[in-house]
Amino acid sequence: MSTFGRQSNPQLNSHGELQHLLTIEGLPRDVLTRILDTAAPFSEVAEREVKKVPLLRGKSVFNLFFENSTRTRTTFEIAAKRLSADVINLNINTSSASKGETLLDTADNLAAMQADMFVVRHASSGAPYLIAQHLAATGRDHIHVVNAGDGRHAHPTQGLLDMYTIRHYKADFTRLTVAIVGDLLHSRVARSQIHGLLTLGVPEVRVIGPKTLLPTGVERLGVRVFNDMREGLRGVDVIMMLRLQNERMQGALLPSTQEYFKSWGLTPEKLALAKPDAIVLHPGPMNRGVEIDSAVADGGQAVILPQVTFGIAVRMAVMAMLAGN
Amino acid sequence: MKIHIRNGRLIDPASNTDKALDLFIADGRIVGAGNAPAGWGEDGANSVLDATDCIVCPGLVDLAARLREPGFEYKATLESEMAAAAAGGVTSLACPPDTDPVLDEPGLVEMLSHRARLPEFAHVHPVGALTMQLEGKDLTEMAELAEAGCIAFGQANIAVVDTQVLLRAMMYAATFDFPVWLQAQDPFLARKGVAHDGEVAARLGLAGIPVAAETIALATILHLARETGARVHVTRISSAAGVEMIVAARAAGIAVTCDMAIHHLHLCEMDVGFFDAHARLDPPLRSQRDRDALRAGLASGAINALCSDHTPVDDDGKQTPFDEAEVGATGLELLLPLTLKWAQEMKLPLVEALARVTCDPARILGVKAGSLAPGAPADICVFDPVAEFKVSRENLRSQGKNTPFLGFEFPGRVRYTLIEGHLAFDGTLG
Repeated sequence: MSTFGRQSNPQLNSHGELQHLLTIEGLPRDVLTRILDTAAPFSEVAEREVKKVPLLRGKSVFNLFFENSTRTRTTFEIAAKRLSADVINLNINTSSASKGETLLDTADNLAAMQADMFVVRHASSGAPYLIAQHLAATGRDHIHVVNAGDGRHAHPTQGLLDMYTIRHYKADFTRLTVAIVGDLLHSRVARSQIHGLLTLGVPEVRVIGPKTLLPTGVERLGVRVFNDMREGLRGVDVIMMLRLQNERMQGALLPSTQEYFKSWGLTPEKLALAKPDAIVLHPGPMNRGVEIDSAVADGGQAVILPQVTFGIAVRMAVMAMLAGN
Repeated sequence: MKIHIRNGRLIDPASNTDKALDLFIADGRIVGAGNAPAGWGEDGANSVLDATDCIVCPGLVDLAARLREPGFEYKATLESEMAAAAAGGVTSLACPPDTDPVLDEPGLVEMLSHRARLPEFAHVHPVGALTMQLEGKDLTEMAELAEAGCIAFGQANIAVVDTQVLLRAMMYAATFDFPVWLQAQDPFLARKGVAHDGEVAARLGLAGIPVAAETIALATILHLARETGARVHVTRISSAAGVEMIVAARAAGIAVTCDMAIHHLHLCEMDVGFFDAHARLDPPLRSQRDRDALRAGLASGAINALCSDHTPVDDDGKQTPFDEAEVGATGLELLLPLTLKWAQEMKLPLVEALARVTCDPARILGVKAGSLAPGAPADICVFDPVAEFKVSRENLRSQGKNTPFLGFEFPGRVRYTLIEGHLAFDGTLG
């Protein structure tokens, strides 16, 4: 028997249009390209004196952060405000969840407050799917869900802003070799990057890290696996560094940050193995001296701050496409 | 009370019978098949059950059904789950000791057995706890528990971490020749894991449980089985490598039996889909290759029995993110349809397929069940092998509506279930 898999992809509606943004996986190339194209004019909005467009005027965007993240929440907030939406921030781990309210109860309550969009960050992989499926099952699919990072699964807007950044500096995805370096096992960012790069036609995506930090069967996602960073960086056009959480030193995944830096930290000497015009991305916040040397982070090849700027434009594009007037 | 089941196709795997035969029952026992037995009498049966287009087979014997009593009545009650068993054609079942309180005291076992002793209820065979509180530290009073009705000792799906305790528990059980039922899952390798450590977990970002969690625990169990001579039954085998180890152990002279669950017979890691919490099971659904090996292993008899691993979970336990969801699926009413589906797909004669849910598990339980021989208790399942059973919240009698098969239709609908000659389920009533 074939598998029973019966749930259809919940982020597309019956017309194949984007209803929610839950993951990059499975999105057609033209949808990704359209998001990036839509983002381009929004980066100009930021240059204006009045940094606002009225696309989400009268709409309510709820930032539901079940896991702390000042940075991501702030960029979503700025993006929504520049679209003229009303933004409500909820840090749920400090309110309802500790009172025993379930995820869906929380969603129901906020839906009853006439929400138009939920931006969801949650520590469990798949949590935004649960909300999206629940909204669909209860006939409230006019509420859009944007995944702002779920467990280890996906962080699609981060993946998209990384694609935007690469496109900004490198014209053609189909001629690139891209390396993703670090803790892929726990990284929702890496999973979104891999799907984005492969969908946009990057012929070679490399993943580099110790075996303890690479998911089992990661090669089946369509990437080349390297354990040796020097070997993996040779001749690449783009280096995407991942953040290493301090807690990875527990649970026998790594011996020490020092040894990690020695083997997988990006130093000027290792960067020199990549193409001379290679760019360096990092989703932030950076651990200098752990996964990246300050000389690289502050150097000419780093595009880490532009990533942040582009991130707002990309999030504006996603929100406008989902719920724009 | 005399019952005549007529016009049915009688399949009795215990005697390798598959033939159009009527069945005759008197006073809760089977008295004959074919023609009315001598002394049936002129006046005939008190009750005639029509089995036209139906198969008449021994009532199903399920090696794992959680009844959730005592302790978890909000998930299920004895009444709701016994109704599910009868509707599913299950007439004997073993229940794991992971209730609240744990089945580690004779009084609790007696209470459960007493509560379950109603004519329309399936025969309940409790598996006693191997260690107190299932904590893997102190032995339970196995002899007392056996007297109270426990047919084996086990740990449900909780591992005994301390191998010295496991060794001694198996030795002590072997002293009385009590069977020891163990699930093979290394708790360290399974730590925080929620799905098979493979392609799907990698893609969805779910923490994985590697196959090595099963094989390492299994190696320990098999070594200790040889060491102690304990009668070991391995529950819920989930991997191709696990099946191979069982086969090799038997070839090396270790008398070990094993079972698997219906979900692993038809589903694999892909069925987690987009984080379907109904597919959150223990052990996890593994790769397609594993599933194929399990299907073949069950057909060859390398895996001795198929069980429902019935685990009712309330909606709150499943309407959560995948990694927070409670494990388990409802299964009593799916055991028969999923056995039939497997037999059909494997082109297996029904008499062989039904053995895995009747006489074979009965042998592991060590009880008189799973046979239609004269003198056997009249525990009988009469089912229409063609009529479809739709898995829906409305159709499931179990309090647990949690199953990854929700919405599917399978061939195999129970018409009658008899327990010691008592009509426990009548599918001809609306």
